[in-house]
Amino acid sequence: MTHQIDPSFLKLPLHRLADVALSRARELGVTYADFRCERIRSQSLRLRDGKLQRSYNATDSGFAVRVIHKGTWGFAAGVDFTPDAAVQKAETAVAVASICRSLNTDPVELAAEPGYSNATWISAYQINPFDVPDAEKITLLAEWSNRLLTASSVNHVDAELLTVQENKFYADTAGTMTTQQRVRIDPQLTAIAVDDQSGQFETMRTLAPPTGRGWEYLTGTGWNWDAELAEIPTMVAEKMRAPSVAPGTYALVIHPSNLWLVIHESVGHATELDRALGYEAAYAGTSFATVDKLGSLNYGSPIMTVTGDRTAEHGMATIGYDDEGVAAQRWDLVKDGILVGYQLDRQMATRQGFGRSNGCAFADSARHMPIQRMPNVSLQPDSNGSSTEELIAGVERGIYIIGDKSWSIDMQRYNFQFTGQRFYAIQSGRLVGQLRDVAYQATTTDFWGSLEAIGGPETYVMGGAFTCGKAQPGQIAPVSHGCPSAVFRGVRVLNAAMEANR
Amino acid sequence: MRAQETVERALALSSADGCVVIAKEQSSANLRWANNSLTTNGLTRARQLTVIATIAGATGTAAGAVSQSAVREDELEALVRAAEQAAREAGPAEDAQPLVASSKSAEGWDADPAETSIDVFKQLATDLGEALTQARFENRLLFGFAEHTMISTYLGSSTGLRLRHDQPTGTVEIAAKSPDFSRSAWVGRATRDFSDVDVTILNAELTQRLAWAERTIELPAGRYETLLPPPAVADLMIYLYMSTTAREAHDGHTVFSQPGGGTRVGEALTPLPVTLRSDPYAPGLECPPFLIAPASSSESSVFDNGLPLGPTDWIRDGTLTALLQTRHSAQLTGLAVTPWIDNLILEAAGSPSTLTEMTTATKRGLVLTCLWYIREVDPQTLLLTGLTRDGVYLVENGEIIGAVNNFRFNESPVDLLRRVTEIGHTEHTLPREWKNFFTRAAMPPLRIPDFTMSSVSQAS
Repeated sequence: MTHQIDPSFLKLPLHRLADVALSRARELGVTYADFRCERIRSQSLRLRDGKLQRSYNATDSGFAVRVIHKGTWGFAAGVDFTPDAAVQKAETAVAVASICRSLNTDPVELAAEPGYSNATWISAYQINPFDVPDAEKITLLAEWSNRLLTASSVNHVDAELLTVQENKFYADTAGTMTTQQRVRIDPQLTAIAVDDQSGQFETMRTLAPPTGRGWEYLTGTGWNWDAELAEIPTMVAEKMRAPSVAPGTYALVIHPSNLWLVIHESVGHATELDRALGYEAAYAGTSFATVDKLGSLNYGSPIMTVTGDRTAEHGMATIGYDDEGVAAQRWDLVKDGILVGYQLDRQMATRQGFGRSNGCAFADSARHMPIQRMPNVSLQPDSNGSSTEELIAGVERGIYIIGDKSWSIDMQRYNFQFTGQRFYAIQSGRLVGQLRDVAYQATTTDFWGSLEAIGGPETYVMGGAFTCGKAQPGQIAPVSHGCPSAVFRGVRVLNAAMEANR
Repeated sequence: MRAQETVERALALSSADGCVVIAKEQSSANLRWANNSLTTNGLTRARQLTVIATIAGATGTAAGAVSQSAVREDELEALVRAAEQAAREAGPAEDAQPLVASSKSAEGWDADPAETSIDVFKQLATDLGEALTQARFENRLLFGFAEHTMISTYLGSSTGLRLRHDQPTGTVEIAAKSPDFSRSAWVGRATRDFSDVDVTILNAELTQRLAWAERTIELPAGRYETLLPPPAVADLMIYLYMSTTAREAHDGHTVFSQPGGGTRVGEALTPLPVTLRSDPYAPGLECPPFLIAPASSSESSVFDNGLPLGPTDWIRDGTLTALLQTRHSAQLTGLAVTPWIDNLILEAAGSPSTLTEMTTATKRGLVLTCLWYIREVDPQTLLLTGLTRDGVYLVENGEIIGAVNNFRFNESPVDLLRRVTEIGHTEHTLPREWKNFFTRAAMPPLRIPDFTMSSVSQAS
């Protein structure tokens, strides 16, 4: 479907403000400047037991001027869309650079990138969710909630729909000018079961991942909602009755709905070059995958290949051009088990001798300076790989894990712990019922080193999140992670109830 | 258009049964540095207007909320109509209540918004420059971030509310590392205006901590006597505070739900005389004394906007006394209306010991610096997992003898309150994990006789 950039965004004086801001910056002697205008529309609808709890719409607009002045960054952002304000922000950005120069020992240079004049890019969606009346959205969510509530096993239902439409206009002193628009959507329903007598409770959330699609995602394109909602009441009832897991070492068959988050935390963040270089050391952390290990680190078993891309259709990190005018690309991060690549922006690409940036600069609003953020980071399927059922059939004693829930990983991306939505005991290659209280713990390279089998392309699903956090001031970024089902041997499984002395 | 005028104009444009308008004026300055050099910086200005429309119908009252940044005069009516349209499409709200009425005159309503500038860092930048130079000379790496934000909020309603609040929020944190990144230390402070931040003192503390780490000791996972310092206690108690939503406890699915129905309010959580409280007027931790809710959730309601907030004890003398409420959930649970307040204080009567004194009184145990990546593992017990970060020190016979590897922990703050054996002196602190949205905390160090270190983390 062909869309146009939202005319109400194009009505803003984008070219005029860019022109005066960049001209003023040039007059003040900058070696580089860019102007970025963003408008982010978001909606949050939340229902509790089928009744609307929240209807909240927000539009966040603003623009920013970023300069390199005598080798130091300067940045200023504002919200008044007048030429005077744009000129003033250019002056403020230069003034900020001047104040900061004495603290900077590392003159900024940027990797070369071709110019793209007047480029337009729009993400792949059919129906813009902001064109759908609220009443229609609320009615659908209420109907879905009520389907779950009619089951005797379900006591409460939370339903939530988040939607975002992001517009970016970018222009720099090298002549690039881009106008972009993308849409993303995150519907979630959670069934809650409570045993009044014992006080025990369990939850079960839908597995439908957030995605770079439109309203069509809720009406049959890309996900089968009827099928998923139909099976939740039985599954949450089974989870309430399930035995608590015996802690120990297990083979794990991990479904993409759980594995995407492990990839995000243990590969995605670990291959951010800014982390590896220490730029995030006081906050998000560093990485064990340091640059001296590029080309030699055994990240995982030889069947592990992980790519970075900003090009996958419906990927939430997918874009035409990044926030410093670099065209979207796809590249390897881990190839045949070896660390071979990083995520780059233009400053780091030059500084570390990588040549061209692979286009990972991103700012979550006009208020913030772009930093290196995660592209879609995806584990490649085995082109001759098995189905999930066949992977399970190959496991004598193990646990099959579906859906993400709790996650935590250390500041160097070694030690992690995850839980999930559903855990099935595997005995002699067959699922024999759900387990409760499962948490698994591992060290990144041990875990990926224990990767024994990867499913085929038919098991591949793209998961992701709207709100990956990084940097100071804090910024959030949307990102997707594709992966097949996969088998890991000898993973430590804890019992969460025993950990809590319960 | 001034913020006050925008609020009045929006209220005048409203054709709904009720209307709340919140104007937020924000200015923010920040500096960030890494590897002994400045990396990013910024001076930003933001302005946001939220219009909440309420519409009464045969079956109840509905609400719709719409926010927009940098609203121009000619866009105002469209925003008001959008809120009304959202309310019409919403249907009756369960949390509907009459809008808060006020007879009090608005204090400071007419004044211009408060503002910060990059100049707030004048002294800090000078001292930091010296600290960076010294670090290069002494072969250490410094990393950190300083931020100062000023938010002026103007809240008006069709029921006569005209409320205004200025909120300064400042934080500074510095991490120091050895050049090979194997040793790491951290300090952080929260401040209202940076006048009480002395980088020289922070730098000296970091240098001391890196020196402690010159000797390293490997310890396995297990249960250790552990001294939790104020920043770590803050992060754990803030999670507990965030988990006290009355509605969810009432519905049976939080750690504060009573088996068989109801909540655990009234139950003793610990034998020690501990009080966990919030107070909008707490000296140095001042925060909005009225409720600001641009959107509804289980713990806050747009209908409650402008509700006066007062000192609230969540736990008093060890007993759970209040949960996070809306007026609607308070009716449901039969408890007092005690909404979210943006600060948190944990204290116990007669607890004079500082962390240093508690360290001296320790035969063998661990002293932590802070916690990181805290996530909920099991809501039934409020079991949390996370990591120790930037310095775990081993104490023997009252002295720190070296730095230990990091650990992953699995612990519940509710269970920690039950097991704590010593509560130290409460002091202002910076919660490292949650500082992006929660900076106003005063916490004591705690002695836990058997803190659960679940596994070793190789991170340094």
